[in-house]
Amino acid sequence: MLRYIIKRVSAMLLTLLIIATITFFLMKLLPGSPFNNQEKLSESQRYALNEKYGLNDPVPVQYINYLGKLAQGDLGYTFQFDGRTVNSLIANGMGPSATIGFEALLFGTLVGLVLGIAAALKHNTFIDYGAMVMAVFGIAIPSFVFAGLLQYYVGVKLGWLPVAFWNGPEYHIMPAFSLSVGVIATVARFMRTEMLEILGTDYILMARSKGISKQAVIIKHCVRNSMIPIVTILGPMAIGLITGSLVIENIFAIPGIGEQFVKSINLNDYPVIMGTTLFYSFLIILIILVVDILYGIIDPRIRVAGGKS
Amino acid sequence: MEKLLELDNLHVSFQTYGGEVKAVRGVSLSLDKGESLAIVGESGSGKSVTSKAVMRLLPNRIGSIKEGAIRFHGKDLAKASEREMEKIRGAEISMIFQDPMTSLNPTMTIGKQIMEGLRKHQNMSKSEAKERSINLLKLVGIPNPELRVDEYPHQFSGGMRQRVVIAIALACNPKVLIADEPTTALDVTIQAQILDLMRDLQEKTGTAIILITHDLGVVANLAQRVAVMYGGKIVETGTVDEIFYKPKHPYTWGLLASMPKLNADTKELLAIPGTPPDLMNPPQGCPFAARCPYAMEVCIDHMPEASHVSSSHQAACWLLDERAPKVEPPEAAVVGGAR
Repeated sequence: MLRYIIKRVSAMLLTLLIIATITFFLMKLLPGSPFNNQEKLSESQRYALNEKYGLNDPVPVQYINYLGKLAQGDLGYTFQFDGRTVNSLIANGMGPSATIGFEALLFGTLVGLVLGIAAALKHNTFIDYGAMVMAVFGIAIPSFVFAGLLQYYVGVKLGWLPVAFWNGPEYHIMPAFSLSVGVIATVARFMRTEMLEILGTDYILMARSKGISKQAVIIKHCVRNSMIPIVTILGPMAIGLITGSLVIENIFAIPGIGEQFVKSINLNDYPVIMGTTLFYSFLIILIILVVDILYGIIDPRIRVAGGKS
Repeated sequence: MEKLLELDNLHVSFQTYGGEVKAVRGVSLSLDKGESLAIVGESGSGKSVTSKAVMRLLPNRIGSIKEGAIRFHGKDLAKASEREMEKIRGAEISMIFQDPMTSLNPTMTIGKQIMEGLRKHQNMSKSEAKERSINLLKLVGIPNPELRVDEYPHQFSGGMRQRVVIAIALACNPKVLIADEPTTALDVTIQAQILDLMRDLQEKTGTAIILITHDLGVVANLAQRVAVMYGGKIVETGTVDEIFYKPKHPYTWGLLASMPKLNADTKELLAIPGTPPDLMNPPQGCPFAARCPYAMEVCIDHMPEASHVSSSHQAACWLLDERAPKVEPPEAAVVGGAR
């Protein structure tokens, strides 16, 4: 297992290097420069600014310098504010982003599991159809549509919840809910399909033939085994939440990393673009790794295969 | 003598989109203590459904017992509550399924799967149950049971898994063991081992066995009595000798004739032409009439009563009526001749 993890972590570092390289050169292809939209600057001031941030060096030199700093964990300075590091921007933005992401994932998974289990146990009844119709809507409609609808009806018309900003627990509800809709729908559908399949297997019948009550069989044999594919899709879903939060943070004006990311692209703020991209990539790769390890813990068949490799 | 288990005119139906499928249509059977009874028939004859009905494990909301009684220890299981059934399943009547590859939970150690029933029915502590599990694994011939008890099903071969399934089924010393095609999914050498094991365990524990199979070779190996099922009805019952050497029903002849024989002259395998009846609209008369080479007019419209050939041997066929022409079983169905 340890060898497996070491192997995976080194692959992860290599992936990050490749992403850093691609992003760096793509970013250089962006038209404009960080300071050309500030009309008040004179030619010499602009030159001095470029010189200060190392933007007058040839691109390969900039690339090597960037990687050198990156290896030390230094993501450089933002161009937007004097003297603020990208590291501190990300650290500040992380709180709100991680909070909404986590809340959405937790709420979405729990509600999704309950809906999926209920639909499977009441297969072909009103509950089943209702849950699945809801799931189809949840998958088909993007999270920002829900966000807008919620803002208008719950925030403006009813005035129950704040429309935007980030000043306390009640500010979490609408963004976290909008983000979780997709999770609820995906988890519910997977759980229902998996439960139905497992309810029909011989080992459920075998467990029942031992005299175990139906409820106990469902909990001990069926739900646990049905959760295996849920763990696998948790990874992609968490990634979906990260990308979804880019939009949601902007809609609700939440000072998270997603908002920083979008703003930095508009401003050609190179270090922030690089920093946030690498941070997101790091998160996504980390999630995939964690899911693979979790999968092995839940499913013994995978655990053994992993142990031998 | 009081019978251990008695099915009386059992009817089981499935509600499907197309209509009601009458899978079992009036089956009466009995089982003595420690006896082994085989139920034989081709796919769709209702043999598995009968066994699931006894366990009351028919699919919910679709399958149901329409009529008849299942008497076990003076109690009618057909009318027992779910709670009463939970006390009987595993403890009094237990079951082995066809495919050992799918009948064990892949994410639970086999020890836990054996212990589940023990903990439920015998109120054993964890350590007692584990010890008993190890003994059971030893009993069914699994080497190193102390180690293997903590392993997962995928670490066992097919034959070993079926041994585990047998250990689970026998954990609480049930009075009846229903084995639904226990060897069908195994390869031939393993089949023989599992049959030997079952016979061995039956001698040791005195458990009565209902063996469900389409394989007459398995029947000859294990059973004392045979019931031949066709189209949801029992067409012939008798001792193994009676069914093999003096079969009376043309369907039994067909089954015997379709058994491959080593010393047969022809290379061809004999099959019974045609397909089993549509149980959504079951025939009024004998279910086998449409495929029977000896069918008479009366067979189409009237179901024959079971005629006693001897005290243990019955067959439901109009050929046994005194007015019917005398018909001899075909050469291929004569087992004695093939020996």
